[in-house]
Amino acid sequence: MTESKTITLNMGPHHPATHGVLRLIVELDGETIVKATPHIGYLHRGIEKIAESKLFQQVIPLTDRLDYSAASANNIGYCIAAEKLLGLEVPKRAQYLRVIMAEFARIMGHHLWIGTHALDIGAMTVIFYAFRDREMIMDINEEIAGYRLTPTFFRIGGVAQDTTSEFIKKVRAFVKWFPKAMEGYHTLLTKNKIWTTRTMNIGKISAEEAVNYGLTGPSLRGSGVAYDVRKAFPYSSYEDFDFQIPVGENGDVYDRYLVRMEEFKQSINIISQAIENLPEGPVQTDSPWITNPRTVDVQNDISALIRRFMMHTKGPAAPKGEVYAAVEGAKGELGFYLVGDGTEHPYRLKIRSSCFYLASALPRLLVGHMVADAIAIIGSLDVVLGEIDR
Amino acid sequence: MQTIINAISEKHPDAITKQCDAQGICEITIAADAFLEVMKFLHENKPFPFDMLTDILSIDRMPRTPRFDVVYLLLSTKNFTRIIVRTEIGEGQEIPSVSRIWHSADWAEREVFDLMGILFSNHPGLRRILTWENFEGHPLRKDFPLEGKDFDKPFDTTTIQDYC
Repeated sequence: MTESKTITLNMGPHHPATHGVLRLIVELDGETIVKATPHIGYLHRGIEKIAESKLFQQVIPLTDRLDYSAASANNIGYCIAAEKLLGLEVPKRAQYLRVIMAEFARIMGHHLWIGTHALDIGAMTVIFYAFRDREMIMDINEEIAGYRLTPTFFRIGGVAQDTTSEFIKKVRAFVKWFPKAMEGYHTLLTKNKIWTTRTMNIGKISAEEAVNYGLTGPSLRGSGVAYDVRKAFPYSSYEDFDFQIPVGENGDVYDRYLVRMEEFKQSINIISQAIENLPEGPVQTDSPWITNPRTVDVQNDISALIRRFMMHTKGPAAPKGEVYAAVEGAKGELGFYLVGDGTEHPYRLKIRSSCFYLASALPRLLVGHMVADAIAIIGSLDVVLGEIDR
Repeated sequence: MQTIINAISEKHPDAITKQCDAQGICEITIAADAFLEVMKFLHENKPFPFDMLTDILSIDRMPRTPRFDVVYLLLSTKNFTRIIVRTEIGEGQEIPSVSRIWHSADWAEREVFDLMGILFSNHPGLRRILTWENFEGHPLRKDFPLEGKDFDKPFDTTTIQDYC
C-alpha cells in the first residue's frame, strides 16, 4: 500500500482573502502547494444572456456590475462598442469627461486593491488610508452622477449631464491632495522590510508566459510587456494626454505592486490634464434617437415628450454588424464584442474579461509556493469575481 | 496584414473563404479542415507573431447551417495589431483545441463549451466552468429560455462531482 504524501485543502468560496467568491482547491506537500485548481462561477449572473433581451441603453447598468470596484471603466467600454455599432460620434467634452471618470474608477479600483492586498499580507494600516481617499472619489461620483459606487454616468453618445462648478472644485482639490496621500502609501509599504520579504520573488511569471496566458493590465506590465490599450489602440481622446506606461522587470508580486503604485500617479496626471483642458461644447451627440430630451422641453413640447417615450420603450435599432471595442480597465484589457441584427436588442454581447484570464493563470503561479504566499499572489493579480463570472 | 494573408493563401490555398474589415480590424474566415494549421501559422508568424489569444467567443446563428460561428481574437504584442479569425461549425461537430498553442484558450474554450455547447477535440479537460456540473443545456443558445430550464426545480447536490 502506498501512502499519500499530499493533503487537499479547500480555500473559499467564502474566504475573505479570495476577494469575493473564488474557490481554490490546493494540494499541499507540507506547506508547499503542488497543485491548485480554481473553481469559479459562484457569481455567474448571465449578464451576456440578459443583455440579449435588453435595449442597447439598458445594458449600461449591467456593465457597472462587472468590475464593481471600478464601474465607470466598464461603462466606457460598452458605450464605445455600442457607438461603433450605431455609428455615432461623441463630442469632445463628453470624451474628456469620460476619461476623467474612467481614471477615477481606475484609482478607486487600485485603492481597493492596495487596501485589501496589504491587509491580506498583514499590514493593517494601509486600508484606512486607502479608503479615506476612496471616499473622496465617491463624493465626486455622487456630485456628478448621483451614485457613489456604480455611477452609470455614461450614455450611448455621450454622458448623462454636464459638470457643475462644485464637481470641478472637488476634482481640483483631489488632484492637489492625492500626491501627498501617495507619499503616505509609499512610506507604509515600499521600503518596509516585511512587505518586501513577503512580495519579492513571489509568483514570478516571465513575459512570454504572461502573454501566452492572456494576462493583461498591470499584471502583464509587471512582467515587462508595455501593452496598454490606452496607448496601443487609443480611444476616447487618450491620444491627447501625455502619460507613461510603467513596466516592471521581474514579474513578481512586488513589481506588480510598483506598477500599480505608478499607475496611481499617471491617472492623476491624466485627470489634471483633462480637467484643465476641458473643451467647451455639448456632452451628448445630437441624434433624435440617442439624445434624451431635456425635461424642460418635455414639459413644453409634445414632440419631445413623444420622443422621450419612444426612446425609453423602443430605443435605437442597430444595423447588422459586429464590432469589438477594448478599453483598459483597472485590471486589464476589457473588451466588448457586440453583434447587431437590425433590431433594438443586442443579438450577442461577449465580454472579454481580464480577470477571467488572470484567474486562469493561478494554477501556474501558485505551484511551488507556500500557502501564505498564495494569498499574496491572489492579491497581486487583483481579481474581481464580478468580472470573472459575469 | 496583407502579406500575412498572402502567406496563408500560399501555404493553404483553400483555407481562407472570406476576408473583410471589421471596423479597422482585419477579419478572416477559415475553413474548418485547415483551421489548426492556420492558427499555428499565425502564432509562429515572423517577425510579428500573434502571441496573445485575447478571447474566444461563439455566436448562435440559428436556424442557419452550419449553426455556430466561433470567433478568435488574436493580438500581436510586438507591434500591436489585431486579427479576428472566424470559423463556422455545425451542431455536434468538433473544433480542434488551440490550448496547446495559447494557454489562455484552456479556460476560454471551456467557457464556450459550457455556455454554447461547442465541442473542442484534444482539450486537456473540457468541462463546465461557469455553471455547475449537473446543469442541463447551454444557456447562450438562442433556444434556451431566459429564466433557465430548471429555475423551478430544487438544486440536486448529490450529483455534483468535485475535481481536485
